[in-house]
Amino acid sequence: MSAVLEAPRAAAQGSVPIIELRGVSKRFSNPLDFAGRLVKRLGVKVREDVVHAVDGVDLSVRKGEVVGLVGESGCGKSTLGRMVAGIMPPSDGQVVWRGQDLTKLSGADAKRAKLRTQMIFQDPYASLNPRLKVAEIVGEAPQYHGLVPRGGLEAYVDDQLRRAGLDPSLKRRYPHQFSGGQRQRIGIARALAVQPDFLVCDEAVAALDVSIQAQILNLFMKLRRELDLTYLFISHDLGVVEHLSDRVVIMYLGRVVEEAPSEEVFARPNHPYTRALLAEVPRIEARKRVFAGVQGEIPSPLNPPSGCHFHPRCPFAFDRCRAERPALKQVAPGHRSACHLNDAA
Amino acid sequence: MSAVPASAAPGAPTLEVRNLRTHFLTRAGVVKAVDDVSFTVRSGKVLGLVGESGSGKSVTGFSILGLVDPPGRIVGGQILFKGQDLATLSEEAMRKLRGNRIAMIFQDPMMTLNPVLRIDTQMIETVLAHARVSREEARQRARDALGQVGIASPDERLRSYPHQFSGGMRQRVAIAIALLHKPDVIVADEPTTALDVTIQGQILAEAQKLCAQTGTALVWITHDLSVVAGLADDIAVMYAGKVVENGPVEQVLDAPLHPYTLGLIGSVPSRNRRGEPLRQIPGMTPSMLNLPAGCAFRARCPRAEARCAEPPPFAEYRPGRFARCIHPHEEAVAA
Repeated sequence: MSAVLEAPRAAAQGSVPIIELRGVSKRFSNPLDFAGRLVKRLGVKVREDVVHAVDGVDLSVRKGEVVGLVGESGCGKSTLGRMVAGIMPPSDGQVVWRGQDLTKLSGADAKRAKLRTQMIFQDPYASLNPRLKVAEIVGEAPQYHGLVPRGGLEAYVDDQLRRAGLDPSLKRRYPHQFSGGQRQRIGIARALAVQPDFLVCDEAVAALDVSIQAQILNLFMKLRRELDLTYLFISHDLGVVEHLSDRVVIMYLGRVVEEAPSEEVFARPNHPYTRALLAEVPRIEARKRVFAGVQGEIPSPLNPPSGCHFHPRCPFAFDRCRAERPALKQVAPGHRSACHLNDAA
Repeated sequence: MSAVPASAAPGAPTLEVRNLRTHFLTRAGVVKAVDDVSFTVRSGKVLGLVGESGSGKSVTGFSILGLVDPPGRIVGGQILFKGQDLATLSEEAMRKLRGNRIAMIFQDPMMTLNPVLRIDTQMIETVLAHARVSREEARQRARDALGQVGIASPDERLRSYPHQFSGGMRQRVAIAIALLHKPDVIVADEPTTALDVTIQGQILAEAQKLCAQTGTALVWITHDLSVVAGLADDIAVMYAGKVVENGPVEQVLDAPLHPYTLGLIGSVPSRNRRGEPLRQIPGMTPSMLNLPAGCAFRARCPRAEARCAEPPPFAEYRPGRFARCIHPHEEAVAA
C-alpha cells in the first residue's frame, strides 16, 4: 500500500459514517391503464408491474473512504447511487446523512445536506447542457447557492477548471467542442464547484478510452487527497474498482450479496456470484484462456427468482436457496456475505 | 512489410490485408481513417485488432466487408481473401461473398436485426439469399445455428421478435446469423462491449468454440486489451489510422515494441499497484483532420525526438514482430 493512502484510511477507522442506508428499498411501478382499472373494478385479479430495483439494502460509507459498488446491468446500483445522492427518495427505509434522516430534514438543512453530496454521471455527452458555456455550467450552482462573493465568480470558476485539469481559457466554449475525457473533467469541475465532501460516481469512466480512463482515475485519486473526499464509486468494471476502492460492495438483482475490504474480496471471494464474476473478468495477464461463462441469464427484476436471487445460476444451489432469502452475515472481520452455504459449513 | 506471397495454397492466410487505405473525402479535408493497415489471419485463428476510439479499427472492418459509404472510399491497398482482392470486386460479386463467405458481427445487435420482423423470417431470408434450399430446410439451418450459439428451445425462439430477447441473447442471434453459411472469415466489431461481464464470458466462450470447430478466421475488433489477451492468437494495435505494432499476442503484451502499446498496457488498472496513480499516456488522440507529419504519436511519446518528424517505417524488429517506430523498446516490460 502506498504511503499516500495511509492517512485517509487511518482516519476512516471508527469514525461516524458520512452516509448510512438502513433497509433501503426502491420500487418502480407501472400504474394500470384505463382498461386495467376497469377490469380490476369488475373483479378480475390484475396487478401492477412492480420492479424491486433496490431491495432492503444496508450500506454505510465512512469519512474518507472509497467504496466500490459493483454489479451487472439492472442490479440496482445506479438507483442506489441516486438515493445516496439524495436525488431520488427511497420507497422504504432510511437514508441517514451524518446521523440525520435525509427524508426528515427541513428546507435549509436538506439543501445543505444535498449540496455536500454531488454526483458524477456516466455519459459526459448527456449530462452537460449543450446550450450553456462551460463557465455557466460550472458557475451556475455556486452562484445560486451563494458560495462565491459578488464579482469573484470568474476567478472561482477558473480555479475549479484548473483543479479538474482544464485550461480556464476554454471556458467560453460549449460542451460539444470538447472530447469525452475533457467533458468528464467539466462534469467533475461542476460537481466540485459546490464544495461537496462526498461524490457519487456512477460509471464515471465507463464511456472513456483506456488511456483517458487512466487520466480521469488519477484525477479522482488526486482530488481525494487534496480535498479529503469520500467516494461511492459505482462501476461494472472490477479492475477499476479493485484499483480505487478501500471497500467493495457487490449487488445482484437489487440486493447486496457480499461486502468486504478490497484486498479481501479479490483474494477470498465468498459468495458464488462474486466468485463467478471474478472468474469471468478478462485479465491482461491471462493468455489464450478458455472462457467458460456463468450459466444462464440475468433474471428479470420484474419477476425475480424466489429465495436467493442467484440460485437458478448457482452451481451450489440446494433446496433452502429456493425458499429462503439469505441474510448478510459476517464470514470474517469486515467481510459479510449473503449465502446459505456459510451456515452449512 | 509483411510480404507473404499470395496464393491459395494450404497454410496460406485466409484473409490478408495489405497496405489498406480508406479515406473520407469530406468538405473539411481528407480524413485518412485507415492509412496503411496490414495484417493476416489464418484459418481457425483469432486476430485482435485493438485501438482507441477514432483509431480506424471499425473502418478497417467495414472496408473488408465492402461496407464503406461515401464520402469514404478505399483508395489503396489490397484485401486478399483466399488470394482474391476484395477491394477490386464489383458490388454484385461482393454481395455474393458478404454474409456468405465473409460475415460481420456488430457492436449493437439491433444493427443486424430488423425490429419488426420475427427472427425466423430474418434468418430464413439470409439462408435463401445464398443457398438454393427449400424453405423448410432453411428453417432447419436457422434452428441449428441458434442451437449452436447456446440458445435454449430454438424452435420457440425462432418465432420471437428481437425486442423479446435480452441484450446478450440478441448478440447470440446476431452471431447465429453470421454463422448460417459457415463463413471463412468473421469480422466482429466490439461484439461484447455493451454486454455484462458474465454474459461477455459466455459470448467469448462461443467465439472460441466456433474457431476451433469450424476453422473460421476471426477478426476481433475491440478497445479492451484484456479481452484480446485471453482470446486472440495475434494482435494488431492501431493508432490514428495506422497499425503501429503487430505480432503474436503474448509477445506483444509481454514485450511491446511501440511506446503507444506500452502506454496502453500500462494504463490498465490491474497492471498497476492498487491505490497508486495509474501510468497514463499524456495528452489526447490527435484530430484525424490534421495529423502531425511523421509519427502521429510523437506529441504524446516520452521517447520522441527530432527524427520522429519523418514518417517511421513499419519494420520487422524481431521475427514476426513489426512496429512503426524508429526507437522501439528493446527489453520486456516488468509486469
